Amino acid sequence: MDLLVTPFSSNGFMLQALIAGILVSIACAIAGTFVILRGLAFIGDALAHGVLPGIAVAILVGFPGVIGAAVGAAFMIGGITLITQRSRLSSDTAIGLLFVGMLSLGVVIVSRSSSFSGDLTRILFGEILGIGTQAILVQLVATVIIAAIAVICARPFLLLSFDPEQAEVAGFSARLYHNIMLFMVAATVIVSFQTVGTLLVFGLLIAPAGAGALLARRIEAMMAWAILFGVLSMYSGLLISYHFDLAAGAAIILVTIVIFFAVFILQNIRQRRTAPSRETTHG
Amino acid sequence: MDSRQTAMNQASGPGIATGGSAYVQARHLSVGYSNEVVVADISFKLGSGEALALIGTNGSGKSTLLKTIVGLLPLMGGQLSVFGMPPGNNHHRIAYLGQFHHSGFVLPLRATDVVRMGRFPLHGLWKRMGRQDDEVVLSAMRTMGVEKLADTPLRALSGGQQQRVYLAQVLAHQADLLVLDEPTAGLDAGGRELYLQAINEELRRGASVIMATHDIQDEAALCHQVMLLARKVVAIGAPNEVMTPDALLETFGIVVAGEQRLHMLEHPHGHDGGGRPGLNRPRH
Repeated sequence: MDLLVTPFSSNGFMLQALIAGILVSIACAIAGTFVILRGLAFIGDALAHGVLPGIAVAILVGFPGVIGAAVGAAFMIGGITLITQRSRLSSDTAIGLLFVGMLSLGVVIVSRSSSFSGDLTRILFGEILGIGTQAILVQLVATVIIAAIAVICARPFLLLSFDPEQAEVAGFSARLYHNIMLFMVAATVIVSFQTVGTLLVFGLLIAPAGAGALLARRIEAMMAWAILFGVLSMYSGLLISYHFDLAAGAAIILVTIVIFFAVFILQNIRQRRTAPSRETTHG
Repeated sequence: MDSRQTAMNQASGPGIATGGSAYVQARHLSVGYSNEVVVADISFKLGSGEALALIGTNGSGKSTLLKTIVGLLPLMGGQLSVFGMPPGNNHHRIAYLGQFHHSGFVLPLRATDVVRMGRFPLHGLWKRMGRQDDEVVLSAMRTMGVEKLADTPLRALSGGQQQRVYLAQVLAHQADLLVLDEPTAGLDAGGRELYLQAINEELRRGASVIMATHDIQDEAALCHQVMLLARKVVAIGAPNEVMTPDALLETFGIVVAGEQRLHMLEHPHGHDGGGRPGLNRPRH
């Protein structure tokens, strides 16, 4: 018991990290569910890295990193929309271009200043153990907004994931709700970077939701699994990093990936066992 | 159930819509996409309880016309009114079944969840779904013979079973206009039979149906009007008047006539529920 609870009860920074981490996990589970359902993984990844120059500039001029991240994300989404609408290129080409462009721009900005190497690590991998009360409050507000969006837009989001044309014919503008969904993903990435960093937030976005997708028959269940796996990773990742003195953010993401593959392997073993009986029902 | 006037589905006459209240009316309509006209000068009128079959090869303009009617594609010219308004309004009165469902494999959805989506247009963002909705969903699944699969994940169903579920979704809408793009693709004989019964029932309660099909025997025969398409309107009218060997030859390129029945040589899809034909397969 001492090993499992004391690290959090006797260290204020560990408890704050856990609270922030749980909020991030919930936001990422909700947004990540739709990222997977709508096949937005690549754009999610791109957003996570595309915010880097925004954050770098913000820190350079003394603005909050969150604002810089928001500007970076807006630039990224605007650029992708512009290229896909004004050319015959598919969106993944546009995403790839901007993704690499923004990432290298971020590193170039950071590299100009020698005092920046510490900042770069912080941006890329987060500083969950140094999270403050104010950052937790921002995260709380963001998580509530993200959950509210998911509840309000449940029907159009479901239709959109099923078939965008079906959503349109049913009276829900496919473009509008696609943009709301992108906003939700962007907001998740922007407010989560402080906790797990821009490189790792993507893992938290898709690994728990991906594991949930393997297990669930319904979207609500998928989201519930994703939240459970996310919170579990947060808790055990922090614990592992505390006891073995490892980088917290990376430890957390590693746990999410391990959980995903554990679910994946178990699922495959189970399916192989039930496979013969399933074949007869097909046809 | 439905108090609307019951209309006989055994054809009265081609192109005759009851009174001035045509559900769908096209005048010299041009349809297409990306500023390219696919079919020009389409005129027809469809009233309550009437069905129109669009017949033609892949790429003949059937799907383009259907998408224009439901408001997914803008008009390229002419006039089109749906329930007396430009297309893209009246979402709660129109059910649409597209040709492609690219989602199925990854979505964690049960068959019943998919059918339930058919009720969304009636409830918008907020209105709660109640017991009546559950009953309609169940009854639609029964009609298509998939009520036992209600809790089965969509991805575990065969292609033909999925198509039945999609058709149940359309029926659950209880729409006034059903717009169906190759509704029997992948269905087995039993599924086709259930589908034909269901459409007859929809027509009897006063709904209009527009369907794109390759089946000139059963499905087209059920319709009051048939439109033969080959990137132009080859012919439109009652099935027995329109489907002459010459017109079918022009539409499909090749046809054999015999024993009072016309058989298409080219049968574009099998019945085992596997793959679907490509949308823009070149015509020959």
